[in-house]
Amino acid sequence: MIPVYTRPKSLTDVVTHYCPGCPHGIAHRLVAETIDELGIQERTVGVASVGCSVFSYNYFDVDFQQAAHGRAPAVATGIKRVNPECIVFTYQGDGDLASIGMAEIVHAAVRGENITVIFINNAIYGMTGGQMAPTTLVGQKTTTSPFGRDPSTQGYPVKISELLSTIKGAHYVARFSLHNPANIQRAKQGIKKAFQNQIEGKGFSLVELLSTCSTNWGMTPQNALKWLEENMIPEYPLGEFKTGEGE
Amino acid sequence: MEKRVVFKEDHCKSCELCISVCPKKIIRLRTELNRLGYHPAYVSDEDQEKCISCALCARMCPDAVIQVWRP
Repeated sequence: MIPVYTRPKSLTDVVTHYCPGCPHGIAHRLVAETIDELGIQERTVGVASVGCSVFSYNYFDVDFQQAAHGRAPAVATGIKRVNPECIVFTYQGDGDLASIGMAEIVHAAVRGENITVIFINNAIYGMTGGQMAPTTLVGQKTTTSPFGRDPSTQGYPVKISELLSTIKGAHYVARFSLHNPANIQRAKQGIKKAFQNQIEGKGFSLVELLSTCSTNWGMTPQNALKWLEENMIPEYPLGEFKTGEGE
Repeated sequence: MEKRVVFKEDHCKSCELCISVCPKKIIRLRTELNRLGYHPAYVSDEDQEKCISCALCARMCPDAVIQVWRP
């Protein structure tokens, strides 16, 4: 029998703590597959964020550093500058990157740091119990916006990819979704491009992955993916926003 | 007979995403529980023949439970 799909080498053989159907697992798998395909497992260093993905250091079979809340791009900057031969990536959620870590991500992009950022956007704070995040959609109910997000008091969702694509230092900024196998395959290509850019020294690459939180959205995993497709994609259009310096 | 699709049943959390994408609709949940307390997904020995090795289930699985082979 010829193998069509086998478990990536760069994933450790443990059960993740993620809820059933959580796309974090899919994103982990895509990153691990990319590391395998590029043959960079021995020189990759990941930086974990705070949030559900805080334990990602247990799941990737590469060197890992845990950063303070939102500071993963700053820690990655240090690691990359001291060890330029290492391939450094951060793995951050929206509560981490888009709120407390906004300054760090913007300035890492402004400086054009040669790092790769994997940004998981599920429009809610997952680990802390489903509070409203900066990326929560208008009208979306969370534990801190029980009547739906009201723009008159709570503002509008922040669009990280569009925002960072205006920065000259950012080389590659793209948004993909994880709601079906076709889009997962596209996301894989985007992640691979983001790592390839770093290997070639092209500079800052960010891949935003639309994801779900079935537990805190109060849905089954399938319904959550459907909700993502119907509600999040119109608000967060997919595509590559920037694929080269100064464009 | 060699299997085309193999599930690491101890890692399965029965999210059913593999079931939702399988074009042949041959993936089912066991009635027994695994050590995590979930009903793991599986493909019966009879249905292994019907598998077309498209690996959509493996690409969708959040827990990297599924491995796929083709003859």
